[in-house]
Amino acid sequence: MSEVAVVGVGQTAFTRACGVSIKELCFEAFKEAVEDAGNLQPHDIDGSIICSAPEYDKQRSPAGAIAEYLGLNPKPTFYIESVCASSTTGIRVAYGLIKSGLNDTIAVVGFQKMSELSSSEVQERMGRGADIMWESPFGLSMPAGYALFARARMQKYGMTEEQMAKIKVKSSKYSVLNPKAIFQKEVSLAECLNARPVAAPLKLYDCCSNADGASCIILASVEKAKKMTDTPVKIIGLGAASDSLSLANKTNLTGLNCAVEASKQAFKMAGIQPKDVDVAEVHDCFTVAEIMAYENLGFCKPGEGGKLIEEAQTYIDGDMPVNIDGGLLSKGHPIGATGGSQVRTIVMELRGDAGKLQVKGAEIGLVHNIGGVGLYGNVIIFSR
Amino acid sequence: MGFEKFGKINYTTQTKVKDFVGYLDKGKIEATQCRVCKKVYFPPQMDCNNCLSTDQMDWMEIANEWTLLTYTKAHFAPTGFEEDTPYILVIAESKEGLKTFTRLSKDVGEDEIAVGMKLKLVPVKLPNEKVAYEFRLAAE
Repeated sequence: MSEVAVVGVGQTAFTRACGVSIKELCFEAFKEAVEDAGNLQPHDIDGSIICSAPEYDKQRSPAGAIAEYLGLNPKPTFYIESVCASSTTGIRVAYGLIKSGLNDTIAVVGFQKMSELSSSEVQERMGRGADIMWESPFGLSMPAGYALFARARMQKYGMTEEQMAKIKVKSSKYSVLNPKAIFQKEVSLAECLNARPVAAPLKLYDCCSNADGASCIILASVEKAKKMTDTPVKIIGLGAASDSLSLANKTNLTGLNCAVEASKQAFKMAGIQPKDVDVAEVHDCFTVAEIMAYENLGFCKPGEGGKLIEEAQTYIDGDMPVNIDGGLLSKGHPIGATGGSQVRTIVMELRGDAGKLQVKGAEIGLVHNIGGVGLYGNVIIFSR
Repeated sequence: MGFEKFGKINYTTQTKVKDFVGYLDKGKIEATQCRVCKKVYFPPQMDCNNCLSTDQMDWMEIANEWTLLTYTKAHFAPTGFEEDTPYILVIAESKEGLKTFTRLSKDVGEDEIAVGMKLKLVPVKLPNEKVAYEFRLAAE
């Protein structure tokens, strides 16, 4: 059966307020991905998968509106949702469709226009992201959910607020070199540590920000891919898992079970070890989430994630460069677009197209994309 | 009494476990136990995902001995909870191994809070005839 490769990647800038419609936002990312492939025409695309978190959308069933605007009728289109992991779930489904032979070439478009809602509307939806029956009634926000993990790790492993702050310092160092990132200013360790509390021990700079943005990843069978681009990047491993929505039912409060499980699957399928990865994009919706990702992906042992950032091992010239495009923390997190943006970064790194953010000689890259508070986990491994 | 009475803001009105709210109003915190396979559920549920039995649950009281696993002080809240900030959210585990998420009573001083501390789960009455539960110090 045919292997599957990424042939084109595109992404809009991630901004506070994009000032255009969701269709126009998606068009920008789609156009960039088609042009990126080089020798691909829109009519070569025989299906599209549209991904976002629907509670932020005004448009009912956005896939139809977006596929029409991109000129992709009458090819099949449908919608995929797994909150912040939506677009990597879309890529997983596209992989299955291409592998089965049902499709040859699929565009996975992820988007979110969070500025469409007022901040109180956004906060209301965030409250419903917890179990609405037993946990939302006590006032649970996303930062509070991750703060519970942070506190448990400080207790069990001695993780520090300074280690968490160092994650943000790293991300802001790289976002200023990424023209698509929302934060174009470096922040210091002192600024992070002195910022106002959001959900203690998490403070303002421990949290990513809402953003508008879209991403597009075009995938094809390897045979087709070779005709469309000189630099296809193959998918060599995929893993996907889930954990309880209820925080009370998490059996692990110092790491994300769904990431551990998805990671195991992806490494097994790829037939490689964590140490073989040259560059990784992980889901740093909060600083603590990146530290947990180091451990859950096997880049270090449980409890040693804080040490990895202390030793600067995850900087561009370290042993395991992570989130060297600014990550969610400093690039911005337009929910449905995030996974596709992570994949775009890894594909560019493996092609050697990452410019100032290039990790030298990167051949194997990994994407770790999480939905909710450790609810949905996707891990995808790519090879040049 | 319907389930909409549970918690300050609740999006669930219809459920097979609405009696939980009646018990809570009477000062009791009840779990359910499957008559077929004996699995205990807290929060309660009427469907057993262990043996797939339906509506074969007995209400039961749980030993009210809990240990604090983790906590956060929320300075920022979802819509409707803003005036409560800051408040402490916790996850605690019972002697039987059940876990629950709720708030810690505002009567507990911040310097008293520590992972591993002993807690008890207590019904509370809220404005507008609503009911909930929160953790307090076990020794109180």
